[in-house]
Amino acid sequence: MNGVDIALVDWSRAQFALTAMYHWIFVPLTLGLSFIIAIMETIYVKTGDEEWKKITKFWMTLFGINFAIGVATGIILEFEFGTNWSNYSWFVGDIFGAPLAIEGIMAFFLESTFIAIMFFGWNKVSKKFHLASSWLVAIGSNLSALWILVANGWMQNPVGMVFNPETARNEMLDFWALLFSPTAINKFLHVISSGYVLAAVFVVGVSSWFLLKKRKIQFAQRSILVAAVFGLISSIYLILTGDESARQIYKVQPMKFASMEGLYEGEQNAPLVAIGIMKKAPTPENPKADEFAFKIEIPNFLSYMAALDPNAFVPGINDMINGNEQWGIMSYYDKIEKGKVAIGALRDFKEAKDKGNKTKADAALKDFKENYAYFGYGYYDDPHDLIPNVPITFYSFHIMVILGMHFMILFIVVLVFLYKDRLKNMRWLQYVALWTIPLVYLAQQAGWVVAELGRQPWVVQDLMPTLSAVSNIDKSSVIITFWLFALTFTVLLIAEIKIMLTQIVKESKNEGGQ
Amino acid sequence: MFENLSYLALQHYWWAIVALLGSLLVFLMFVQGGQTLIYVLGKSETERKVLVNALGRKWDLTFTTLVTFGGAAFASFPLFYATSFGGAYWVWMLILFAFIVQAVSYEYRSKANNFLGQRTYDVFLFVNGLLATVLLGTAVATFFTGSEFYVDPFNRSHWETPFGGLELAFNFGRGQTYLNLSLGLAVFFLARTLAILYFMNNVDDDTILGRARKKLPANAIPFVVFFLIFVIGILLSKGFAYDPVTRKVFMEPYKYLHNLIQMPVVGIIFLLGVVAVLFGIYRAWFHFDKCSRKAIWISGIGTILTVFGLFLMAGYNHTAFYPSVYDLQSSLTIENASSSKYTLIAMSYVSLLVPFVVAYIWYAWKSMNKTRITTKEMEEDDHAY
Ligand code: HEM
Repeated sequence: MNGVDIALVDWSRAQFALTAMYHWIFVPLTLGLSFIIAIMETIYVKTGDEEWKKITKFWMTLFGINFAIGVATGIILEFEFGTNWSNYSWFVGDIFGAPLAIEGIMAFFLESTFIAIMFFGWNKVSKKFHLASSWLVAIGSNLSALWILVANGWMQNPVGMVFNPETARNEMLDFWALLFSPTAINKFLHVISSGYVLAAVFVVGVSSWFLLKKRKIQFAQRSILVAAVFGLISSIYLILTGDESARQIYKVQPMKFASMEGLYEGEQNAPLVAIGIMKKAPTPENPKADEFAFKIEIPNFLSYMAALDPNAFVPGINDMINGNEQWGIMSYYDKIEKGKVAIGALRDFKEAKDKGNKTKADAALKDFKENYAYFGYGYYDDPHDLIPNVPITFYSFHIMVILGMHFMILFIVVLVFLYKDRLKNMRWLQYVALWTIPLVYLAQQAGWVVAELGRQPWVVQDLMPTLSAVSNIDKSSVIITFWLFALTFTVLLIAEIKIMLTQIVKESKNEGGQ
Repeated sequence: MFENLSYLALQHYWWAIVALLGSLLVFLMFVQGGQTLIYVLGKSETERKVLVNALGRKWDLTFTTLVTFGGAAFASFPLFYATSFGGAYWVWMLILFAFIVQAVSYEYRSKANNFLGQRTYDVFLFVNGLLATVLLGTAVATFFTGSEFYVDPFNRSHWETPFGGLELAFNFGRGQTYLNLSLGLAVFFLARTLAILYFMNNVDDDTILGRARKKLPANAIPFVVFFLIFVIGILLSKGFAYDPVTRKVFMEPYKYLHNLIQMPVVGIIFLLGVVAVLFGIYRAWFHFDKCSRKAIWISGIGTILTVFGLFLMAGYNHTAFYPSVYDLQSSLTIENASSSKYTLIAMSYVSLLVPFVVAYIWYAWKSMNKTRITTKEMEEDDHAY
């Protein structure tokens, strides 16, 4: 495969995964907590009750600690496309660079300017201006999520562009198609609401610990009230947008969809595996092997989820590899053929052009255009290299969905007992709330694993596989930076957690609250 | 409105935007310069706290400018982004690590139970101040002195040394290395000089300011020396020109000097900038009582103009802004490295937001900076770093 060093590709992927996953520990809390703080401060400004100011300030302190490490882990992602994926950066930079630049101009400056007022401006600017700053921080951080998710959405579903054979890259045709692509919009809505849910769980969980310790009861209950209402609304929205995302995937990334469900043989009236344990995957030698050791199914539901139609046909992995004439599905074998034609035609076009042979160049260009949609497949010989890791995708998806239900129910239960004024004595519920904090972080990571592992080997769906995207650098350099990142980020994470826990304990013992 | 511009005009416009971001970044690196002075100017815990907090309200702005510079370079000149970042891997990685550890240091240094201890975070700040200035300066110098890479017919770039860009600062067998390092050190001392001027503006404490004033010459003079070495060096050497019709790159004697003369506006911006930088330093040094608060503005604007001029010198007037000394014809120009016309137009509309952004930053800071930082404030503020 063009002499690409697979170990280099794997280490580069590992580094990207490592840095992105670390970054994603901190971002969702920023996305959600910024709004929760803004709401709390609004209540303070409206009521003039000093207790609300204390509440606001406490969560703001935790926000600041988390924000700093979010920034630290984020800068590398802005540059990593260049340092480690430079061929990608050229191939699609004409499209992909724009959202990144807009993110900086529109969102990061907003965030960083007003965050300083949020922290240092209490006695320097008016109450109203301060409140406005808190809202602007929330809006800024969520705007930055918009642009980076537009960029990610485009990789999953490349729209609004055309390949220019002269420059050997994709060029933007329609900015609005990029911005309003249903994949991008769904991703944005799903991701920000997931951040809101995470922050809500975080606030409810930490406050429950106050209740467990019987400290600052009113402080804790007020925090829980704001967070649980915010969390409940967000979690409903989260489930709806996740569901819509699934439908998009069915349309544009059917291989990912089949992997999420561990579906090898496609069917109509496909049942949804609600809970399952995977066994051996079917192989070419043993295609009928049963992939599940255990499963609980909901009849028809997968077809319904995919197309809102219980009779819809959901293609399985084998249908895509081998093709399925009945349902008009082209096999991966054919796609690989076409991809190779496209790659060859591009080379012929360049050569003919350099030699000034226009007829030959035109013919090559025609071939190229006809087959470009399968360009990326041409890098492979064996279709089985084009299947993502099914068990990981399957489990991640199911963990995310099941936990999503759990969060929603938790918010409802907490609100009911808060309303009945019984929450403060219910130790088991306080423990559940506390221990849900790690689960919500797990759900977040699982979400990205579905989205990113589930689309392997593509960086840009169908057009560019990871192995042709990577920078031509020495593998050992990447190995060294991988371990440097692992070490640095881990040390910083430990520092962050220690500082945060210390602040939480300190606040709980702080006199003056009730 | 941007639709009516030619492709070439858009490429020039975007090079100017990248230049503007780059020059703002160099100015804002007074934060980095200041980080290397915390223990020089602050002799007690409280004094250091004052200094850290004076910088701590601006560091995010520098950081964000760097990120936006990266994003804008990606969007407008993706081939440059791919070549430089993917090629000079280790230079950029070191710069990035320096910024990673900076980002947590302000927030964590004085928090209880911070795992590494306050000293470590202060060391992080110092390391950031040193590496970021020297290496970014070195990286900018390569716009004039060239790097070793090759761009293949499919526009994929290949770096031709195994050192990932470190050779640009440490290959002492090559004359250009000394020019690169001169600019690196010039930026380092400039950042420290600007930091001193910034403290004069922002800190209200006679002991600290007394020390700052004494340290001014020790930073300003090396800055001038290294800067002159670099500028004279490039003005006298051959530059990377290209033929506007055939696009062939060739070496032209005195190219950068020619650029200054053939583009008088650029020449004037550059000279005006240099004069303003020096004038600000001079006023702060010899007319401290009257001028110390204003000096940062004079020298700061001067810095922006100077660096802006340097960038335009590197990219305009048919000059290859990212030259390859390995394969001359692989050199990047604003014409062959840019995004498509459509993208440049779309991004140009986005660039209209910039004045608006500058305005609200200005407004926000004005309302925050009504009073200067004092030791007393540090003792009372519960969110002080
Ligand atoms: C409960 C029902 C849920 C459903 C049906 C659902 C569905 C999905 C789907 C289909 C994807 C893949 C999107 C893609 O690859 O383009 C996804 C991704 C993701 N999910 Fe969920 N999800 C649910 C709950 C959650 C929860 C509870 C969280 C976290 C608190 C979460 C966080 C994420 C994240 C961070 C991603 C990656 C970003 C993206 O691709 O949208 N999801 N989800």
